Amino acid sequence: MTYQFPKANAEAIVKGISRAVYAPVEKDGLTSFERYEAGMNLALDTIPTDKSMKDVFFPQWENLMHFRVEGKTIELTEEERCHQDFVIFGARACDIQAVKVLDKVFLADPVDSYYASRREHCTLVALACDKPEDSCFCKNFGADPASPDADVTLYPVGDDYYVQTNTEKGEALVKEWNLDKAEEGPVEWLKGEIGKKYEELPFAHLNLKGFDGEHLKEKFDSPKWKKLSMACLGCGSCTFACPTCQCYDIRDYDTGNGVQRYRCWDSCMYSDFTLMAAGTPRPHQLERYRQRFMHKLVYFPANNDGMYSCVGCGRCIKKCPMHLHIVKVIKALGEEESK
Amino acid sequence: MQLMNEGTVARVVGWEKGEGECDWTPALFESVQEMDGFVYGDYAGANLSKYCVKMNKAEGKTLVVLKPCDTLSFRQLIHEHRLNRDNFYLIGAGCKGMKDESGLLLKCKTCKGKDFEIFDEIIDDEESKQPTAIMDRMEGVTALENETAQERFDFWRNELSRCIRCNACRNVCPACTCEKCVFDNPASSVASKAPVTDFEENVFHIIRAFHVAGRCTDCGECSRVCPQHIPLHLLNRKFIKDMNELYGEYQAGVGEEERTPMTTYTKTDAEPSIVRERGNA
Repeated sequence: MTYQFPKANAEAIVKGISRAVYAPVEKDGLTSFERYEAGMNLALDTIPTDKSMKDVFFPQWENLMHFRVEGKTIELTEEERCHQDFVIFGARACDIQAVKVLDKVFLADPVDSYYASRREHCTLVALACDKPEDSCFCKNFGADPASPDADVTLYPVGDDYYVQTNTEKGEALVKEWNLDKAEEGPVEWLKGEIGKKYEELPFAHLNLKGFDGEHLKEKFDSPKWKKLSMACLGCGSCTFACPTCQCYDIRDYDTGNGVQRYRCWDSCMYSDFTLMAAGTPRPHQLERYRQRFMHKLVYFPANNDGMYSCVGCGRCIKKCPMHLHIVKVIKALGEEESK
Repeated sequence: MQLMNEGTVARVVGWEKGEGECDWTPALFESVQEMDGFVYGDYAGANLSKYCVKMNKAEGKTLVVLKPCDTLSFRQLIHEHRLNRDNFYLIGAGCKGMKDESGLLLKCKTCKGKDFEIFDEIIDDEESKQPTAIMDRMEGVTALENETAQERFDFWRNELSRCIRCNACRNVCPACTCEKCVFDNPASSVASKAPVTDFEENVFHIIRAFHVAGRCTDCGECSRVCPQHIPLHLLNRKFIKDMNELYGEYQAGVGEEERTPMTTYTKTDAEPSIVRERGNA
């Protein structure tokens, strides 16, 4: 079904949702998906947000369980899983594609119940990208900025949002909003416009030929990694901004009478990543840098029926302090392929 | 390029253009053919001194392009015995103020001057000798000093609350060159990828500022690279301002003298009680 409401009502709609809502909000010039509360500054026009939607399903830090030692017994209390429905309002196609990538990792056997419970209770409201940035290249990786795959999709046309429901979950949510029904025409028009705008973007079509399991060794051994990785500071900005980077570490904190076990994001850019008794398997930044891109463009698709774990959101282009990013890698190693 | 041909230098550290107009990356050039990609100009904001630490042990000389402010960092690294002067050929490159997508870099708005502290050769022109500073370097620090202790506390709590501990500030800092940072050592008990309390990130930055006090040249890279827009340079500048006031004017990275205010005792040094007097609490 197609509905319609004025853009000016967006805030009222978000406020009116009876469940918890996570939405892009702006604070101190930075945008991220936060639990919306009255007074926050909604940033529904920002593409892409500084921090991605990943944070909602897979937070940077979360407690897993607590061990309490009493005499000779150890009492284990597991952290409660998400058990209440919530809404994400304003998701973009790239971030939604990223969640599909995360699903492959966290919902595969053994299922990560912390992640899975959040996925299960979420209703996704997406926004079509009417103004993609020059740094956007999502279509290369299976996302469609004109038709994000969600329970509900909002299409910004003029001063209105046109609303399309794609699932029963979505239909139930939109029912609460009491919207006027609308024609599908403007939605189809906008889809066409977005398609045209996307074609004009500098990275609209990247040559991904050769980024697959078949050419693994060739890519791995490329002499170009040295130059590509030289300027890398080994900071974790790219991995923390990336909507698909999913590596984490599990650590224990001594609370005095027990242990709090938590997990936190880790980054393959760090020297202590996958540190073992025998040392680190990737002693230099070159190997760490190569790992990140090989994982996104070669290992992940080789293990997941060709699905890349880059979604073309462009955050690494915007965030790297040294302007290193995945497009440079694709172009440098892709050229090698065509020779 | 001629130096490379003659065999005077084995490699060049400079910049390379990327995909967009402002998308410049520090780059390593190891052959004359590669030098085609070499660029220098408005978007060469990064300080290349830190990369020299990696190059210090490389075979043959490394040619490095340094802007006036970068030469301070390079000199400081020599003082700290992290670099061997003989391993480098230094080109001092004139600077008209560097930019990014949003215009003149913050560090260039408070430019410290156009003198090259150390070089083998200078390439510049009249225009690049003109000052680019458009505001007082200590403006932000003075504004904070005039606030109450509670206001300052609230200011820093808010700014530092955005920290995601990506460590970009530490990794870019030419004064942070420990081979193994204590925060990267899982056995140190302070290495944490998640904060135990919401104060931990705050402490990380304050400790870092203390560690680089007296050695920080105020190159401004920490604030430039922070993905969360935290004004880290204000911490360092507060130290610089205090040292200037208490121990006399001092600029890290200037001159041959290796002794610094923080490593030299004189009878006229400030007493610890100064903290209470100046604390404005």
